[in-house]
Parts: sequence; C-alpha cells; structure tokens
Amino acid sequence: MALKRKSKQLRWRRKHLLGLRELSAEEITHILDTAKGFAQISTRSVKKAPPLRGKVVVNLFFEDSTRTRNSFALAASRLSADVVEFTKKASSVTKGETLLDTAKNLEAMGIDIVVIRHSAAGAPRLLSRNINAGVINAGDGYCEHPTQGLLDVYTIRKIKGTLEGLKIAIVGDIAHSRVARSDMWAMSKLGAEVTFVGPPTLIPGEVDKLPVKVSYSLDEVIEKVDVINMLRIQFERLGGNPFPSVREYSHYFGLTVERMKRAKPDILVMHPGPINRGLEIESEVADGSNSVILEQVKNGLAVRMAVLFLVNQAAAQAD
Amino acid sequence: MSSELLIKNGRVIDPANGIDKECDVLILDEKIAEVGKIEKKAQTVIDATGKLVVPGLIDIHVHFREPGDEEEETIASGSSAAVAAGFTSVVCMPNTRPPIENETDIEYVHRKARQARKTHVYTMGAITKNREGVELAEMGFMAEAGAVGFTDDGNGVQDPAVMLRALKYAAMFDIVIAQHCQNNGFAGNGVMNAGYYSTILGLPGTDAMAEEMMLWRDIELVRKANVRYHAQHISTAGSVELLRAAKKDSLPITCEVTPHNLLLTEQCCAEYDTNYKVNPPLRTEKDIEALNQAVSEGLVDALVTDHAPHLQSEKELEFLAAPFGIASLECALGLYVKALLEPGILDWSGLIELMSARPAKIIGVDRGTLGKGKQGDVTIIDPDAEYKVDITRFRSKSRNCPYNGWKLKGQVEKTIVGGEIRFSADS
Repeated sequence: MALKRKSKQLRWRRKHLLGLRELSAEEITHILDTAKGFAQISTRSVKKAPPLRGKVVVNLFFEDSTRTRNSFALAASRLSADVVEFTKKASSVTKGETLLDTAKNLEAMGIDIVVIRHSAAGAPRLLSRNINAGVINAGDGYCEHPTQGLLDVYTIRKIKGTLEGLKIAIVGDIAHSRVARSDMWAMSKLGAEVTFVGPPTLIPGEVDKLPVKVSYSLDEVIEKVDVINMLRIQFERLGGNPFPSVREYSHYFGLTVERMKRAKPDILVMHPGPINRGLEIESEVADGSNSVILEQVKNGLAVRMAVLFLVNQAAAQAD
Repeated sequence: MSSELLIKNGRVIDPANGIDKECDVLILDEKIAEVGKIEKKAQTVIDATGKLVVPGLIDIHVHFREPGDEEEETIASGSSAAVAAGFTSVVCMPNTRPPIENETDIEYVHRKARQARKTHVYTMGAITKNREGVELAEMGFMAEAGAVGFTDDGNGVQDPAVMLRALKYAAMFDIVIAQHCQNNGFAGNGVMNAGYYSTILGLPGTDAMAEEMMLWRDIELVRKANVRYHAQHISTAGSVELLRAAKKDSLPITCEVTPHNLLLTEQCCAEYDTNYKVNPPLRTEKDIEALNQAVSEGLVDALVTDHAPHLQSEKELEFLAAPFGIASLECALGLYVKALLEPGILDWSGLIELMSARPAKIIGVDRGTLGKGKQGDVTIIDPDAEYKVDITRFRSKSRNCPYNGWKLKGQVEKTIVGGEIRFSADS
C-alpha cells in the first residue's frame, strides 16, 4: 500500500496519542503524510481499507460531541475496525463508577483502542497509565485536542503548501480552549508564527513562556495574518463573566465582513466548530470564499484514520 | 510501680536547654530525671552509641480522619504511624465529619488516642460551627476539654469580621488561632499552582496571592486583637515577606512549613499524578528558595507534615476530581533531613528545635524538651542510616505518598512516650 512507502523517514512508536506538546515536528509531519495517503480512500466508491480488521475501537465520550465522535467512528469503520459507542456524563465527584473502573470493564471485553473525550484535563493520560489498550485523546478539558490540532495543520499545509513562516492568529477564549493549545504546539513546531488574540481575561497565565505572541486587538492582527482560527466561546467553561456582554465581545473579537475587508485576500478562515453564527463569526464570513471550515471537517476524517492506523501499529508492535 | 529507663552514650540534643553533647538520659516514672553522665543501673538500658537522643518529635498538623473517614485513617492507625516516625505528640485537625467543634468531640479524640496507646494525640477545635466561617464554635468549652488551638483548617475563615471576632474571643483563653490562609473567591476552583504548568496542563490554578492576601489581612487583624496567631503551611515567597515584616513588628505570629512545599514544585503535576495534588499547592523554585531562606533566618516556627491520608481509589480519579493531600507522616524526618539538613540550611539542633520545642510552644504544651521533670518523651535517631521509602510498609492506612522509592537518611530507632518504649525499629 502507498502508506508503507511514506513511513521510511520515521518509525512511529507511540501507542497513545495524548497531546501534541510531546510530539516532535517529524512525528507531526509523519502523521500528516500518513493522513494524505488515507484521504484518497474517501474518494473511492468503496470507502474502506482493511488495516484495523478484527480490531475493536471504543468511542468513550464523557462530554457532548457530534463532530469528533462521528469522525472517529467513521474513521475507524473505514479502517474496518468494530466500533463501540460509549457515551456517559462524567461524574465530577467521587460517586459512581470511576473512569478507571469503566475503562477496565471495557478492556475486559477485549478492546484495542480507546478514543476518549473527557471534561477533566489529564483523563487520557490517567487512562493510558492504567490500561493496555492504545489511548487516543479526543479532547480533555482545556488541555489538548490533538486530532483537531492535526487536522488544522493538515488543512493549512494542504492549501498553503507549508506552515513555515506563516502568520496565524487564534482568536477568542484561549484560556479555556484545548484547540488553542493543540494548535499552538502543532503550528509552532511546524514553523508558523502564532498569535493568540482575545481579551486579557481569556488569555491564560504565563503565556509569555509559550511559543506564541499575544494581542488584545483583532483589528491590529487581521491585516497581517495568513490564517485566522476563530474559537467558539466556551460558555460551559467560563467562570464569572470575563467579558461584559456578548455584544461587546463580538464588537472587539468577532470576524465580521467589515474586518475581512482589511485581511489578506488569500487568508484562510478556520473554525473548529460548532459555530455561534453572529457571535465570533458572521455567517457571510463562515460561508464565504476564504472559509475552509468544512474542508477542516473533511480532513479530520483522514487525520483520524492516520492516527488510528499508527496507534494500532505501535500497539501491535508493543505486544 | 516505678519504672526506670536509661539511655546511654547517645548524642543528646535538647535545643530548649542548649544541650548538644554525648551523655546519658534517665527517665523515672514517665518523667525525665536526669541528663548527664549517669553511672547508676536501671531496669531498662538502651545503648544509643552513635545515635541522636532528642526530645520526642511533635507534629502540630496531621489529619487522622476520625470521626467520619475511618477507611482513610483512624486515630489508632495514625498514632502507630506517628510513633514509627518518631513523633511522641501530634495535633489533629478538626476537619473531620462531623468536625471537631465541641467539648464532646475533643474528648472523643482523646479517648480514641488513649485506647491506641501510641503517641500523645492533641486536637484543635473548629473556629466556627461546622467550619462554615459564620458563627463561633464553643471555644471556651473546647479549650477546657483540652483543645490546643482553633482552626477551620482546609477552609480559612473568609469573613474578616468573623475572623476578628474569633481572635478577640480567643484572647480569653490564651490559645492559638491557626489559619489555612486562602481567599476562596480568589482561589476559585484551582487544583494546582497558577502558572506556566497550569496553563499547559489545562488545569485551573490557584494564584499565590490567594494565600498572601488572607495572610496580610490576618496579620492586620492580629495587630488589632493582639492574640496568638499561627499561619499554617505557608507556601509562597510573598507569604515569607509578610511574615518577616510581621515578626519584625513583634506581633504574636508563628508559622509552619511542610516537606512537600520545601521539596517539590508545580512541575511535579506535569503527568497529572494526583499524589502531587495538595492544598496549598506545590509552587515554584523561587518559593522554595524563599521558604529555605525563612527557615535559615528563624522565621519558621514549626515543621509539620499536614499528613493528609486518602484512599487509593480516590487518588486514582482525574486530577480535577481527586482530593487534595499528601500522606507523609512516616517519612517526615528523612524528608526534613533532605530538605534542610543536607543542604546545610539547619544543623541537627536547629532541625530538632523546629520539630519539638518550638511547635510545643505554639500549642502551649509543656513538652519538647529534656529538662528535668519534663515528660519522658524521647526519640532516638540513627542519623546516618539510609532507607528507601516503601509505602507498602506504612502503618498509615493510606498510600498517597509521592516519595515512594526515595532514599532518605535519618531513621527513627526508638520512640519513647512517657517513659515507655512505644516503637522500636528492631522489633
């Protein structure tokens, strides 16, 4: 298969994909190259390949998700794995079955890979230390969302050719965003210059130690960047009121048609979804010619196939 | 029946009396009878050649979880752990379920301790009813029943008016008010130190200022009320600054530090290991330096463990959901040797003073020295013996100890409580 030839430069050894912080630029590139090979499967009339045949993938989702969960399920089934859906509200208290008990029960059923989304940062890491199956982080609290970060850089690379030297703005609630963190690690490792844009109340602490610039003014940044990624306000994670009103937030940080007039003509407009139309992004922009929002979703499938494939391969080697 | 216990040829360190020399200690009927060259015979003789003979160690900040969470620790299991670690007296915190908040509760703790017959167990009572920070608890009755201080530990008194009232009222009893300094509103739902690591780990952080702003407030309240106040487990460089200024003004304020705040930093949380989840949180190198400096200047009055046992099943939860606390009672001495003695911040005499005489003074008990007629509480230490921390051998019921596998120096050989050998390493 075409994939085999691609992996000459690096031997993938990670049985878990927990975050992008610990990955090297070479590892990230390796996943992207692998994803490229898988992308064409989705264009065939028979959209299936055999590498995970006989394997069981569990979608263990403790938080609401439509896009990511379906994307993983579809990716796994395209690789011929059996998919088990397990959806449960996370218990933030000590009552009820613990995460480890749930996982060990699943493991007893003979699963190979767990795709986990959880509201508590570090939950995938906790799981990876305690079970034999491969673990893929599908979003943990506001720590990381590695496959989102990967599909974002995949999308940029596909259109722009490279991330080297690109200026990228990530706009919105940075403090409570796992996407911002995964994007930051992936984009900066691949050579882009990342700027976090948002009100100071939504910029995390000691940000000066991170590989990013910070701006409180979207108006200043909009003219300079090649890519802009608009984050959703995480109303469910906000404490207090970090900005006075939605109206005022939109005024300063919304991506409007008006602001887009000052952007580079070939700027890529991204959004991890789900979109709050009219809040962080106007409908005309979300659906406009610079928008690659649906392209991101499409690429997410290829990236998740690549991640499942690589994790499965490393797990098989480890056994 | 009279009993005689003679400890021969040890290096006797009694900081309260300025003693640090090779000699003997005789205990008669629960009391220290003599310190010096003693030629007479005794019923029991211990050869302490090459060992340190020091006043029984005192830890004024432990959680023995009884009543309410006996699956984590009991007064009996905690007491066993304490004597094995060289402690002849400990002070339990009142954040039990229900809290220790009246004289009956105090008596309950004392009764359980008598039954356990290991270490002396004192307890503090709650400052306010149900530790809610609203109405004062019956401090007078609790003091009469033997409470050695008051604190809403784990839950600092938030309302300054209530805190001032508590301080003023406590003046009637000459008893210390101890505070877990943390402004809860400002701390928010933090689970570790606020900083670089909380940012990259995606965990809510508690800013150092949450501790400092309450400590500042309390220092000013103490200036008004002029009553004894004890700042529990201080953890930040800013707190050190505040205490330095307060002590310069001769305010009746004391403070304590824990081994984890001297040895570990926020970086330890990087793998979401909940054994490092503790409140106040592990801070930064800069804070450790400031705490070390505070110890060397004599600003710190007591070394405590804040021994906080938890079940493994609770600590196996997500970092956000797991409870705060480190169980370190059983390796406390070795941790302090590593943190303070080995780097030369304290010598043995200085270390022992902060683990005996000075904490005894804070809680107002007549212990912590080898003076004639004092309680026969003595700890014998092999200063050079190296050991490996092994949580599976803990007498404590809990295992939430991040030091497992650490190599430490300074092993407790014998612990003598009221003239009776309650722990012996070789038995």
